[in-house]
Amino acid sequence: MLSEKSLAAITHERTKYPAEQARSALLAALRIAQEEQGYLSEALMAYVADLLGLPAIHAYEVATFYTMYDLRPVGRHKLCVCGSVSCFLNGSDAVIKHLSERLGIGLGETTADGLFTLQEVECLGACKDAPMMQVGDRYYENLTPESLDALLAKLRGGSDDVC
Amino acid sequence: MPCWQNYVGGLTMFVNGVTLQNRGVPDSHRLSVYAGTGGYAALRKVLLDPMAPDQIISEIKKSALRGRGGAGFPTGLKWSFMPKGVTGTKYLLCNADEGEPGTCKDRDIMRYEPHRLIEGMIIGAYAMGASAGYIFIRGEFVEPIHIVEAALEEAYAKGYLGQNILGTNFSFDLYVYRGAGAYICGEETALMEALEGKKGQPRFKPPFPASYGLYGRPTTINNVETFASVPDIISKGGDWFLNLGKPNNGGTKIFSVTGHVQKPGNYEVSMGLPFKDLLEMAGGLRPGRQLKAVIPGGTSTAMVAGAAMMEVTMDYDSISKAGSALGAGSVIIMDDSVCIVKTVERISRFYMHESCGQCTPCREGMGWLWRVMHRLENGQGREEDLQLLLDVGSRIEGRTICALADGGVAPVVSSIRLFREEYEYHIQHKRCLISMGAA
Ligand SMILES: NC(=O)C1=CN([C@@H]2O[C@H](COP(=O)(O)OP(=O)(O)OC[C@H]3O[C@@H](n4cnc5c(N)ncnc54)[C@H](O)[C@@H]3O)[C@@H](O)[C@H]2O)C=CC1
Ligand SMILES: Cc1cc2nc3c(=O)[nH]c(=O)nc-3n(C[C@H](O)[C@H](O)[C@H](O)COP(=O)(O)O)c2cc1C
Ligand code: SF4
Ligand code: FES
Repeated sequence: MLSEKSLAAITHERTKYPAEQARSALLAALRIAQEEQGYLSEALMAYVADLLGLPAIHAYEVATFYTMYDLRPVGRHKLCVCGSVSCFLNGSDAVIKHLSERLGIGLGETTADGLFTLQEVECLGACKDAPMMQVGDRYYENLTPESLDALLAKLRGGSDDVC
Repeated sequence: MPCWQNYVGGLTMFVNGVTLQNRGVPDSHRLSVYAGTGGYAALRKVLLDPMAPDQIISEIKKSALRGRGGAGFPTGLKWSFMPKGVTGTKYLLCNADEGEPGTCKDRDIMRYEPHRLIEGMIIGAYAMGASAGYIFIRGEFVEPIHIVEAALEEAYAKGYLGQNILGTNFSFDLYVYRGAGAYICGEETALMEALEGKKGQPRFKPPFPASYGLYGRPTTINNVETFASVPDIISKGGDWFLNLGKPNNGGTKIFSVTGHVQKPGNYEVSMGLPFKDLLEMAGGLRPGRQLKAVIPGGTSTAMVAGAAMMEVTMDYDSISKAGSALGAGSVIIMDDSVCIVKTVERISRFYMHESCGQCTPCREGMGWLWRVMHRLENGQGREEDLQLLLDVGSRIEGRTICALADGGVAPVVSSIRLFREEYEYHIQHKRCLISMGAA
């Protein structure tokens, strides 16, 4: 179910822990699987558990506990806007409203073209640069309506890794 | 590189002089730059001079360094709990799960000073006889994860990590562990569960990690900022660090000043700095605004009224006298444009989301608090709601496995105590006293 590259990455993760503690590599293995396949289907979770010699239930438990695992397909770009207190005090509600209007979707929804999913998340540890959001691997900070529009345009233009 | 720095107000003091001293220097995350400013000299001194493990621990005790993760437990004392003469692996963990709303300092240490953290951990491992360690970084911190991983590679290449470090018989392996999104994993025993590949649900304490930690082995865990303070304590001495701050409150501390200030940011200053000076460093309030309230240590700590806060100095003892806690140094500033009820409703939502669900008072109680806050905020509050909040709070406090639940109660109870009339206005008029526009 996974490419050679992902399998090698999982094997590498196992080397960080004592041989009898393969379970420690589970969070990483699920992340690697999700990065390749987009989300964690039940079959994929069971497959990952099996790779590590674990019962499938261990993978389900972990995948449902942590917020970074997606159990359903999501848009290509997940816009995760922080709504915790420091961002809230600096206008995170306005950021969500702006994105929601521009994209025509509410929180938790995905645009019809499958490009964007909009989410409100809790503190991302960048409170001094509020309001902020995470998209993919990157943080976008001190957001303004202008910077949001510029970012949406870049993401629509096909870029995955923009500043 | 400015260390002794003037700032508005004319005071000269030690600013950004310890854990963030190289921030602003180009490529400060590279080993060559760190080494060029005295980096890894403390490790060399410890291993080659050499310094006995007990001597290191006594220097840390002398420094009065207290845990920067929020609880303020004396670091030297914690290190002395690690059992000696045991066979098998002892572990050293770094808590880089930073997730308390308002807290954003560890991220900057990892981005700008990853080697200071790594050096602090290697010295700690030597002092406590640990042979393996993990830096548990929250999964969302992808940039810091890459920077710390690259720094580890550099440290291995230089022989500061791995087998027979600097030719001695001391060996230590250090890895990054990526979290997957859950605030509760910042609680030290939940972090160990996560590292074991499980749901991050806290364990009962005691036993404390020194007797039963990762994989049941003796383990010590400290915050990023705690470890990053260690190299300078070793090279300049425990007394030097202590004297930067106050007795029992040694050294400098990073304060993340956020919310309604003109220059939000991380300010590393001497413990004991008057709050009003810190506020001024952070650019002060916006023009025409008054200080209404401050949460001094992250959302798990009690709110303090603005006027009372102006009398406080920034150290563990003074803030606890004011009825709150220094916590992780996450100073959230609220001016008079803030609706307290709406803000506390937002904070309560966080604790409801983040409860791990193990203890009934927390799982049910965090939801209760939020739902009552929510109806108050939405003009459906009832006369008896304030008493209900206080009652629910008192039935939660002290009855749970970890401190998350108490942290969720603190903002609710403290804000009712300070701003009761604002809550009552919501109930009577079915709306806010203050309408919060988008800032
Ligand atoms: N940095 C952040 O993002 C967050 C920080 N916090 C802070 O965390 C604090 C609570 O942390 P806890 O770990 O629950 O506090 P705690 O008081 O239980 O423990 C603090 C440290 O001292 C050690 N310790 C305490 N008593 C000991 C004893 N008798 N023997 C041996 N070791 C002992 C513990 O193992 C731990 O490492 C809160 O005050 C809050 O401010 C809370 C949430 C997030
Ligand atoms: C709910 C909860 C979350 C916590 N989150 C963190 C955290 O993100 N980072 C941290 O260093 N400590 C956090 N702590 C405190 C840790 O349990 C522990 O006290 C700390 O890592 C010890 O390191 P120190 O002595 O260097 O502060 C949290 C505690 C609780 C109860
Ligand atoms: S207090 Fe809450 S977060 Fe802590 S262990 Fe209990 S249920 Fe989990
Ligand atoms: S409150 Fe938004 S990043 Fe912390």
